[in-house]
Amino acid sequence: MDLSAINPILLLASLMVAATPILLAAIGELVVERAGVLNLGVEGMMITGAICGFIIAVATGSPWLGFIGAAIGGAMLSLLFGVLTQFLLSNQVATGLALTLFGLGLSALMGQGYLGIRAPSFPDWHIPLLGDIPVIGPIVFQHDPMVYIGLLIVASVWFFLNRTRGGLILRAVGENHDAAHALGYHVRRTRMLAIMFGGACAGLGGAYLSLVRVPQWTEGMTAGAGWIALAIVVFASWKPGRLVLGAYLFGGVTVLQLNLQAAGVAVPVEYLSMSPYLATIAVLVIMSAGRAPGSLGRIFHAAR
Amino acid sequence: MSETLLTLDGLTKAYPGVVANKDVSFSIERGEIHALLGENGAGKSTLVKSIYGLVKPDSGTMTLNGVPFAPGEPGDARKAGVAMVFQHFSLFDAMSVAENIVLGMDNPPSPRAIAGEVRRVSHLYGLPLDPDRIVGDLSAGERQRVEIIRCLLQDPKLLIMDEPTSVLTPQEVDILFLTLRKLAAEGTSILYISHKLGEIAALCDNATVLRLGQVVATCDPRQTAPREMAELMVGTVLQSPVRTARPEGPIRLALKGLSAPAPQRFGTALKDVTITVRAGEVLGIGGVAGNGQDELIAALSGEMPVASAMVELDGTPIGADAVNARRAAGLLCAPEERLGHAAAPDMTLTENALLTGVRRKHLEQRGFLRWPAATAFAKEIIEAFDVRTPGPGNTARSLSGGNLQKFVIGREIMQNPSVLVVNQPTWGVDASAAAAIRQALLTLADEGAAVIVISQDLDELMEVSDRFCALTDGRLSPARPARGLSVEDIGMMLGGAHDLEVAHVAT
Repeated sequence: MDLSAINPILLLASLMVAATPILLAAIGELVVERAGVLNLGVEGMMITGAICGFIIAVATGSPWLGFIGAAIGGAMLSLLFGVLTQFLLSNQVATGLALTLFGLGLSALMGQGYLGIRAPSFPDWHIPLLGDIPVIGPIVFQHDPMVYIGLLIVASVWFFLNRTRGGLILRAVGENHDAAHALGYHVRRTRMLAIMFGGACAGLGGAYLSLVRVPQWTEGMTAGAGWIALAIVVFASWKPGRLVLGAYLFGGVTVLQLNLQAAGVAVPVEYLSMSPYLATIAVLVIMSAGRAPGSLGRIFHAAR
Repeated sequence: MSETLLTLDGLTKAYPGVVANKDVSFSIERGEIHALLGENGAGKSTLVKSIYGLVKPDSGTMTLNGVPFAPGEPGDARKAGVAMVFQHFSLFDAMSVAENIVLGMDNPPSPRAIAGEVRRVSHLYGLPLDPDRIVGDLSAGERQRVEIIRCLLQDPKLLIMDEPTSVLTPQEVDILFLTLRKLAAEGTSILYISHKLGEIAALCDNATVLRLGQVVATCDPRQTAPREMAELMVGTVLQSPVRTARPEGPIRLALKGLSAPAPQRFGTALKDVTITVRAGEVLGIGGVAGNGQDELIAALSGEMPVASAMVELDGTPIGADAVNARRAAGLLCAPEERLGHAAAPDMTLTENALLTGVRRKHLEQRGFLRWPAATAFAKEIIEAFDVRTPGPGNTARSLSGGNLQKFVIGREIMQNPSVLVVNQPTWGVDASAAAAIRQALLTLADEGAAVIVISQDLDELMEVSDRFCALTDGRLSPARPARGLSVEDIGMMLGGAHDLEVAHVAT
């Protein structure tokens, strides 16, 4: 065992990278759930985004175009969920689970010819001045742009939900869809847009895995990240600020336990592997006090 | 002054299988309070939804201020000056008063301005409201104020009010009426939907009566006898419940210092509730919703067990007994909410009859259900209480409110209880079904059962009860003989209107 092999600065720096895919997927799902829709297909949309982004990035050589493709891919898949649940009034839980299975299969099919290829490199940003600050610089300000875009999306979602009329309407639709309909708001339209935003964010999260974190394509590479994102949304009480905390906590413990494994700590690997899940759930359960949006998961039918 | 604001001409709207409105025509003058009267299902809601742009009529035209008016969505109606206060509040519980109000406006000012505006208008009309409170914490009367203020802030020309008084105390109703008269005097027209004839006679200038989607009469409610209007609404001659003089029987149910903490957040704690009910007696318990009615019925039914000595049935303490033990002993309850509490919505009537009747009607044998006996029991209820349904195999959800209510009340009565507790037995039920239910309760008392009726409908309580008491903030007032009580007396007993004030606008 050699704990001195763990570099605390590198550890903290990789925390932000490890948390980003979950953060992206979770912030999308948060918006979907605040609009009153429970989409359990996050895992499927993530992996579809991962392969879509990978294919486009390899084909064009541009990771940026890859991310855009991933967002579109995730949104397209979520559109399927949206049409099924909002217009054909199918059960949201069953449809979401089916979406996950479908996404896993679809991505495996699309990724046939892409196994073992490396993604085009996505260089880290070395933010001038800020990146030069000792200790803090390498931890916070020397990452790839998607880390910051993820945080920017979270901040924008917070602002949208709490400070804009559109966000108020979205929350109203999620809180009581019958009342929102009676006041003349378009419940389906709002929800479809929220679902597509959620799909796009999940796609970005998936592409972050295949283009930055790994960075290559393997089948089933999301390995449950979508489910963690779903859990974090609930335990964060549907609040963007807590979502960041939950995602970073999860990312942090993941990186720490990997380092501990590498350092050969005398704890069975299985316990180390489960530690991020336990720590995240424990902390967020203790903190959670919020209540779910009133119409979450309920089917809206305008005639009633 | 008498200038027409809104004219409806031949409005027709059909849904698959039912014509909700058929060739409806009438008009509303400027500054007029116009009543729209009708039973449940007469098409009142569909009609006002057409005016508010939520429903598109199949044919017919509307004219507002001399201009053709065909709102495609509520936003259009609001722009044209039509505002609506909904029957089932269209509010968002988890949001603040200010946010709720902003959601009902098309061009809201800044959040800070809205708070000031809410305070100003609410004070002006005597409807005090704090814009920062969360709507989920408000009482029913306060929630309605939120809806009304939301409408008033838009300076409407026509205000539609759908059954606004069902959740208010008499004092709150008086204040609401003052506010409405004030608005009418300022030139706002009001379309007032109700089936409470006393209110309409007190408030409205004109009344249009709807029956089965058609206009059957237009009358001046101040000149027409309430009974005549009721018969226009129902289409038949109404029977008043008959009560016979009953000798005083032995004490059946005694509550002795019943106290219990609120079982959930936003609930009300019961505080030292003490009362006795005798055989052959109907005890009416009045009070505005949220004053402990749900908790009281939970304590009586056994859903919320209390200390054993607090509830005595025929001299035996049963306060700690479970629901089924109480049923077996003869204490039956019919809770307020038909769908979801009194009946399982997606189960058939037979299954629902089984759910409460299994013990007293012996519908079970060594763990196996006796289906033929259960079906026979359900059929018996359907027949005895004139429940309109194709048969006992239909789901509870498929019944109309009045029919399901007759079924759930009938189910308990047919089990021959020694004490029956009902909460809001005729809420949202049409007049003829309500009369049938009240008559059944009185007949049950005549046969020697003790009956407790918890209700917010004071007219109903006056009609059926021998003694009346009021439930306020979890406390029960001493019972008084119902005969001879005036509305003012009851208002004092309910005492719920202390935070209201009369409108400040100078006349």
